[in-house]
Amino acid sequence: MADITQLEAFVTQVRRDIVRQVHKVNSGHPGGSLGCAEFIVALYQEVMQRKDGFDMNGSDEDLFFLSNGHISPVFYSVLARSGYFPVEELNTFRLLNSRLQGHPTTHEGLPGIRIASGSLGQGISVAIGAAAAKKLNKDTHHVYVLCGDGELQEGQNWEAIMYAAGNKIDNLIVSIDLNGQQIDGSTDTVLPLGNVKGKFEAFGWDVISVEKGNDIQSILDGMQEAKAKTGQGKPICVLLQTVMGNGVDFMMHTHAWHGKAPNDEQLALALAQNPETLGDY
Amino acid sequence: MKTYIDTGKKDTRSGFGAGLTQLGKTNENVVALCADLTGSLKMDEFKANHPERFYQVGIAEANMMGMAAGMTIGGKIPFTGTFANFSTGRVYDQIRQSIAYSGKNVKVCASHAGVTLGEDGATHQILEDIGLMKMLPGMTVINTCDYNQTKAATIAIANYDGPVYLRFGRPKVANFTPENGTFTIGQAVNLQEGTDVTIVATGHLVWEALEACKTLNEQGISAAVINIHTIKPLDANAILKSVATTGCVVTAEEHNYLGGLGESVSRILAENHPAPQEFVATQDTFGESGTPDQLMEKYGLNAAAIVKAATKVVGRK
Repeated sequence: MADITQLEAFVTQVRRDIVRQVHKVNSGHPGGSLGCAEFIVALYQEVMQRKDGFDMNGSDEDLFFLSNGHISPVFYSVLARSGYFPVEELNTFRLLNSRLQGHPTTHEGLPGIRIASGSLGQGISVAIGAAAAKKLNKDTHHVYVLCGDGELQEGQNWEAIMYAAGNKIDNLIVSIDLNGQQIDGSTDTVLPLGNVKGKFEAFGWDVISVEKGNDIQSILDGMQEAKAKTGQGKPICVLLQTVMGNGVDFMMHTHAWHGKAPNDEQLALALAQNPETLGDY
Repeated sequence: MKTYIDTGKKDTRSGFGAGLTQLGKTNENVVALCADLTGSLKMDEFKANHPERFYQVGIAEANMMGMAAGMTIGGKIPFTGTFANFSTGRVYDQIRQSIAYSGKNVKVCASHAGVTLGEDGATHQILEDIGLMKMLPGMTVINTCDYNQTKAATIAIANYDGPVYLRFGRPKVANFTPENGTFTIGQAVNLQEGTDVTIVATGHLVWEALEACKTLNEQGISAAVINIHTIKPLDANAILKSVATTGCVVTAEEHNYLGGLGESVSRILAENHPAPQEFVATQDTFGESGTPDQLMEKYGLNAAAIVKAATKVVGRK
């Protein structure tokens, strides 16, 4: 049984890490990072079966691919605080010669990262490949992906979505961060996504909706349901209704903080709303 | 002059198919992905022998490249198969981010490269793919000259850890390299020694270079012929050693002169041993419909064009 209070404290610290990383280099993507903090924490702390240490092949453990690589601040924070690399290394986010590049990459050998992402729309394809390899290797673990909702505008996703259903990739759980925002505005004003649930279902996926995508218990329940549906001939999609910028009041419900760093005052406000729990780096 | 015997015309793509078939039997980590061109890529036998390791992805090349990248995570050695145009230009960003930048052990195998694809015309005749692929950091670029060499290269790249672009073609061409020969990535093959001009050729133009060498010899010009099957990393030593004697170069390739083998050779010469060079290549143009022979003639990609270029470059020394 998960300790929700403990996970919430973890999330609070991750929020601090996110805004501090982005503030220090005056660049990066806090909005989407904050919106997915609960999900990534739940994934790494509760949902996934992980081995100690890191090897690229990831045999006999669950794998996660971040398709919307721009939310690297949350990914780095959770990876570091899950033991993949020293938490102090968050200090090097986006700096010259850092392993913590603006967008996640294998290129500098950062433990926990298995593919470069940033150019959008490629994560589901990669995850299908990893899931297919697991099947060949008789490895019964699962492959997880997170995609942004705006990212679904990229055509490659729909090639992958068609393939996964047509080929019964049923060890794959794709979560979509439905925050309704992208750089130029709301998804409805930039390019309406239409009925995302209906689209996935029409392609042959099992779809689970998590209406409270920033509530840890709801996320855990949804992912438990998703896991229970694996191995039944269909890939699984989890639609997470999230709030961009969640946990920092002035960053919430707007696309303004998609790719903007807080100034000193704004950082102080954000940190005041999220007191230190696990210890700052 | 050495004599090379055409043992019977065969298509290089069939060499790929034969190599893949052999790999299927010898390396259980090899998997094959194809975007609705199984017959054209000669992957049928691998598919029949190992249905569980063959992935038909449909007309969805971007997804195929991403899947191939993902399959390396789990220790597989994916070989993707489609036409050169759809293996490169169509999926450049997928190869760039998910394969090259991510350092994944994917073998991008591309048939129907160049104008010798023939009647389908310019939409399918990519003449820019060598340039696109050689610009990617960490990408090995191979363009084989005949059936035997393509088979050997296919087998060899499975034993190399890293992304590879393997380029071959559709038409039946002379098969003259040794059967079951060894293939060493990055090591040029000296086919003829010569003292007046060095012909550096790749792919379908290698046999044409050997034919040109005979004509040049009759004209009193001694031509060295180097088969450059690996464009990146390029065997600079082999080229410079020959040019030290001949003092001039003709490069020959079924590709645009911009971005191709010729420009890679020019860079090596400029850095080490400046020398006159002529380019047998397409001149910044798209192709068109026609038979392979007609197109090679029209676009100046045959033995006659190499003879003309060699005569010219010798006069520039």
